[in-house]
Amino acid sequence: MHVVLFLITGGSLTKLAYYSTVQHKVARVRSFDYSGKDVEHESPYEITVQEEITARLHFIKFENTYIETCLDFIKDHLVNTETQVLKATGGGAYKFKDLIEKKLGLKVDKEDVMTCLIKGCNFVLKNIPHEAFAYQKDSDPEFRFQTNHPNIFPYLLVNIGSGVSIVKVETEDKFEWIGGSSIGGGTFWGLGTLLTKTKKFDELLQLASKGQHTNVDMLVKDVYGGAYHTLGLSGNLIASSFGKSATADKEFSKDDMAKSLLHMISNDIGQLACLYAKLHNLHKIYFGGFFIRGHPVTMRTITFSINFFSKGEVQALFLRHEGYLGAIGAFLKGAEQDNPNQYSWGENYAGSSGLMSTSPDFCPMQRARSGTFDMFEMDRLERPLVNLPLLKDPTTYIPDTVDLTDDAMARKYWLTCFEEALDGVVKRAIASQPDSTDAAERAEKFRQKYWNKLQTLRQQPFAYGTLTVRSLLDTREHCLNEFNFPDPYSKVKQKENGIALKCFPSVIESLDSLGWEERQFALVKGLLAGNVFDWGAKAVSEVLESEPQFGFEEAKEKLQERPWLEDSYSEWIQRLKEGPPHKCALIFADNSGIDIILGVFPFVRELLCRGTEVILACNSGPALNDVTYSESLIVAEWIAAMDPIIQSALTEERLLLVQTGSSSPCLDLSRLDKGLALLVRERKTDLVIIEGMGRAIHTNYYAALKCESLKLAVIKNSWLADRLGGKIFSVIFKYEVPCK
Amino acid sequence: MTLLYNLTSLFCRKEDYNIYPFFFLSPLPRILVFPWFGLDIGGTLVKLVYFEPKDITAEEEEEEVENLKSIRKYLTLNVAYGSTGIRDVHLELKDLTLCGRKGNLHFIRFPTHDMPAFIQMGSEKNFSSLHTTLCATGGGAYKFEQDFRTVGDLQLRKLDELDCLIKGVLYIDSVGFNGRSECYYFENPTDSEKCQKLPFNLENPYPLLLVNIGSGVSILTVYSKDNYKRVTGTSLGGGTFFGLCCLLTGCSTFEEALEMASLGDSTKVDKLVRDIYGGDYERFGLPGWAVASSFGNMVSKEKRESVSKEDLARATLITITNNIGSIARMCALNENINRVVFVGNFLRINTISMKLLAYALDYWSKGQLKALFLEHEGYFGAVGAFLELLSSP
Repeated sequence: MHVVLFLITGGSLTKLAYYSTVQHKVARVRSFDYSGKDVEHESPYEITVQEEITARLHFIKFENTYIETCLDFIKDHLVNTETQVLKATGGGAYKFKDLIEKKLGLKVDKEDVMTCLIKGCNFVLKNIPHEAFAYQKDSDPEFRFQTNHPNIFPYLLVNIGSGVSIVKVETEDKFEWIGGSSIGGGTFWGLGTLLTKTKKFDELLQLASKGQHTNVDMLVKDVYGGAYHTLGLSGNLIASSFGKSATADKEFSKDDMAKSLLHMISNDIGQLACLYAKLHNLHKIYFGGFFIRGHPVTMRTITFSINFFSKGEVQALFLRHEGYLGAIGAFLKGAEQDNPNQYSWGENYAGSSGLMSTSPDFCPMQRARSGTFDMFEMDRLERPLVNLPLLKDPTTYIPDTVDLTDDAMARKYWLTCFEEALDGVVKRAIASQPDSTDAAERAEKFRQKYWNKLQTLRQQPFAYGTLTVRSLLDTREHCLNEFNFPDPYSKVKQKENGIALKCFPSVIESLDSLGWEERQFALVKGLLAGNVFDWGAKAVSEVLESEPQFGFEEAKEKLQERPWLEDSYSEWIQRLKEGPPHKCALIFADNSGIDIILGVFPFVRELLCRGTEVILACNSGPALNDVTYSESLIVAEWIAAMDPIIQSALTEERLLLVQTGSSSPCLDLSRLDKGLALLVRERKTDLVIIEGMGRAIHTNYYAALKCESLKLAVIKNSWLADRLGGKIFSVIFKYEVPCK
Repeated sequence: MTLLYNLTSLFCRKEDYNIYPFFFLSPLPRILVFPWFGLDIGGTLVKLVYFEPKDITAEEEEEEVENLKSIRKYLTLNVAYGSTGIRDVHLELKDLTLCGRKGNLHFIRFPTHDMPAFIQMGSEKNFSSLHTTLCATGGGAYKFEQDFRTVGDLQLRKLDELDCLIKGVLYIDSVGFNGRSECYYFENPTDSEKCQKLPFNLENPYPLLLVNIGSGVSILTVYSKDNYKRVTGTSLGGGTFFGLCCLLTGCSTFEEALEMASLGDSTKVDKLVRDIYGGDYERFGLPGWAVASSFGNMVSKEKRESVSKEDLARATLITITNNIGSIARMCALNENINRVVFVGNFLRINTISMKLLAYALDYWSKGQLKALFLEHEGYFGAVGAFLELLSSP
C-alpha cells in the first residue's frame, strides 16, 4: 500500500488525510478463446475475478488529545520510504510541528490554511452530490440539500473558527480575503467559559440550547413596552445583547447567558457576512469552521441572522464535509503533481460516517462520539464525469424522483424494503463465490454494515445528503464492494446472456415477419418484457428464483394491457410514421440477458434500419444484474456474428457502445462519462431512450431534455405501482417532445 | 405664524441665524407656556433637556406660578437629583435664543428604571396643572405613556426617535457649543503622544453616516435634514458592554466599568493575530497586533487564571467598540459615504472607545473614512424632542 500522508492540525481536532491505493477484487468478463476449438460453451464468455487497484482518499479526524497515539499509529503503519514530507495546515501546525518532526523523523511543510480551505471547498462542491445544504428551522428534516450547480463561482466563504474570516472565491485559483471579525467561535467559547464556568465548547452549546435569551437580552418590547407593534417593529428583536444583565444584584442562569451569547455572536457574524455579501454582490454564503461544524444550534442561529439581515436575498449554506475542507485542500496541494483535480471523485458511502446532526441536547453521547472520531472516504473515479449536454437546464436538474428525506412514508417503505431484501442479497453474494472459503463470513460483515447504515438512515435520513432510492442502492453496492463482492450477479448474468443469445435469431425472425405497425408494437413490448428481468425487484427475483424456465414469453404475458399507466405510445408511433428518422439515439440500457439481447438489440436494429445512429450506453461497473459495458461489448460481438445489420453498423460506427461512468442501478445525467458526452455532441443526438425502473422511474422520471425522449419501464414493485395509481407490472411509456 | 415658522426652520445653518436674526429674536405672538422640556426615554437612560429662561421680567416672575418656579429652581440650582439623576453642567448651552426667549439649555440624565419615580414626582408636584405639553421620544415614550397619563395626569407627545435624533444633531451643531465647535475628531488617534482632539467644521454635513450608540446601536444615512434612513443596527452596544462588565467584574456603574477598562490590558484576554501566526499574517495583510479572536485566550485555563477584572473590562470595551467600528465601516462602504458621526451615551467619558473608533476607521479604510464625534453625545434625541415642542403649532 503506497501512502501519502498529510497531517492537519486545527484548534482542537486533528484531521489526518491520506491517499492510498486500495486493492480490491473486480469481476472481469472475457470472450473465450475459441479459435481452433469447436467446443460448444454453455456460456458466451468467461468470468474472472481480478485484483484491481484504485485510488482512495481517506480522511480521519480525532481530538488533539490523541495526537501522540495517532503519531504512533502513523509511524507503525503508514510511513514508508516514499513519504518524506508531511503537509500540515491550521494553527496546530505550529504547535505540533516539532513533535511530529521528532516522532516521525519527517519534515513538516506548513501550508496556508485559507488556501487549503478553499481548495477543499471547491473540490467538495464540484465532486460530491448534495454537499451543500440549507438549514430550515421547524421543517422535517431541517436540511435542504442543494443540487450541484455546474458553476460554483463566485461565492463567499465565511469560516468561523476562533475568529471569523470572510473570503470571496471567484475562480478555482482566485480568492481574496475581504474581511473578518474577532467575534467568533473563540469568543463564544472564551467568554462563555468565563460567564458559565463551563469549559467545553459542546457543553456550552448544550447550555445554550436550553436557555432563554430573553432573560438576559434587552428586547425591543422591553424598551417600547407593549406598543412596539404600532410602529411595525417586532418586539422580540434584541435591542441590546446582555442589556438586562447591567445590574450588580441579580443572578443569571448559565443556560440563559450561554443562549444570549450564542445569539449575540451568530447575529453579529450574520450581519457582517451580509454586509460583505452586499458590497461584493454575492448571494451564496458557505459557512464553515468549528463554530458551525454540524451543530444544529449554530446553523439555526446563523441562518436566522442571514435571513433577517439580508431580507432573504442571501442564502446561508452549509457543507456536509465542512470539517475536512482544510485537510482535503492540503492534500490536493501536496498531491499537485498527481493532479487530482483532473479526475472525478465519488463519496464512498461504505467508508464514510454520516453527518451527525442530532442536537446536543437530544443525544449528547452520540454528539460527543462524532466529535472524537469521524471518517470520510472518497474513491477516485477512473474517468471524469460531466453533464449530459442534452439536459434542458443542468442547474435545476435533479435526478431523483422522490426525496425520501422529505417523504416520510416513502422513506419508511423503502428502508423496510431494503431491510427485507438484505437476506436475499447476502445469499446471492455467497452464491456468487462458491469457491471462496470466507464468502459467508464476508457476506455477514456486509450484512452488518449495510444494516447499520439503514438504521442510521432511519434515525438521520439526511446523513449522506438527500436520501433517495438511488442512494440506498448505491450504498448497498459500495458496501458489497467493500467486502469483496464486486459482482454478485456475474454468474446469473452470464447464464441469462447465454440463454438470450440463443433465442436472438428466432426473435428477430418473428419480428421481421410482422408488418411495420405490428413490429413497432412488438419491439416496444419486447423492450418492456425484457425489463421485467430485474433481480433488483423483490417481486421479480422471487419469480426468477422459483421458476427457472420463466422466459421472454411469460414476461410478455405479465405486462399490463394498453392503455398503460403512462401511455404516449400513439404519439411515438405517429412520430415514427410522420417524422424524419432521428439523427442519433442515445440508449441507456438496463439489465443483462433478455433485456439487453431480446429487448434492446432488436429495438436498436430497427432504429439502425431507419437510418438512425445509435449510442448504446451501459454501466462502467457492475450493479445488480445490470449489463456492464464490458458485457455489452461481448454481447454485441455475438449478435453481430448472427446479424449482418448489427455487424455492419458496428464496423461503420453507426452503432457505438459506450460506458456511462457509473456503477449504479440508477442514472444521474449530471455525472456521466466525458467520452459519452463528447460523442452525444459529435453525433448530434436527438433522441434519448431511458429504460428501467432505476433509470426512468426512481430517477429521471421528471428530467427535462432538450431533445425528444422515451422513458419506459415496468413497475415491479406493488407499493410504487399503487402510489402511481396502478398495479404491479404496470407499464410506463413516456414519450416527450421538448416544447419549442 | 406657522408659515413663518416653517420658513425659519430649525435646521438653518449657523450663518442663517446671523443673517435672519429676526426669525429667532422677534418675540412670537403665540406664547408657549413654560416649562420647556424635551425627553428621550431610552433603554437604559432617560435624557432630559430643560430650557431655563434667563430673560424673565420682574412681572413675569411675579406671575410665575409657584410650582413652575420650584421646578426651575430645583433643576438649575442642583447638579444631582436624588441618588441617580445628574445634570451634565459642562454641557450646558448658554445664552440661546429660542422662540424669542433667551436662556440656557440644561442637560440632565437618570436611569430608565427610575422612570416610575420621576412620574410619581411629576404627579406630586402637580405638573399637570402647568398645561404644558411633554414632548418625549425613545422607546420609553411608548412604554411609559400609560403611566404618564394615569399616574401623572400628563399627556405625552410621542415623537419619532430618528427624527428627533437628526434634528437634535443638526441644531446643536448649528448653534455651536458656547462659541466652540460641537463636532470634533482625533488626529493621530494611535499615537498617544501626538493624538489630539481637534474641532471639525461640519459645514456641509451631507451625506453622513450617523451611528447612535446607546444600549444598542442604530446606524442611519443622512442625505439632507429630512432625507434619511436607518440602514441597520446591532444589539452589541453600550448595554452589552456594561451588561457583560457587570457579569464579568461585578461592577455596578458605567463609570466604574470604564475606570476598570482604562486600567486593564485586553491583549491578555484576546487572541491576537501574532498569537496564532507568530507575527503579521501577510497573506491577508493582517497586522500581528490585530485581534484575531475576542476573548480567544479565555479558552485556556492557565490564561483565565492570569487575567484581572480590569483586563476583562478592557477586552469587553475593545470587543464592542471594534465591532461597532467594523459594522459602521461596512455600512459606509455600502452606502458610499466617507464621514461617520458617532453619538450616543456609550461614548460619554469614553475616550478609549472614541480613539479606537477613530483609529479603526482610519486604518481599515486606509484613510478613506473619518470618524467624527459630537460634544453632546447622548442628548440629541432629547434636544430633538424639545425642538418639536417649540415648533408645534
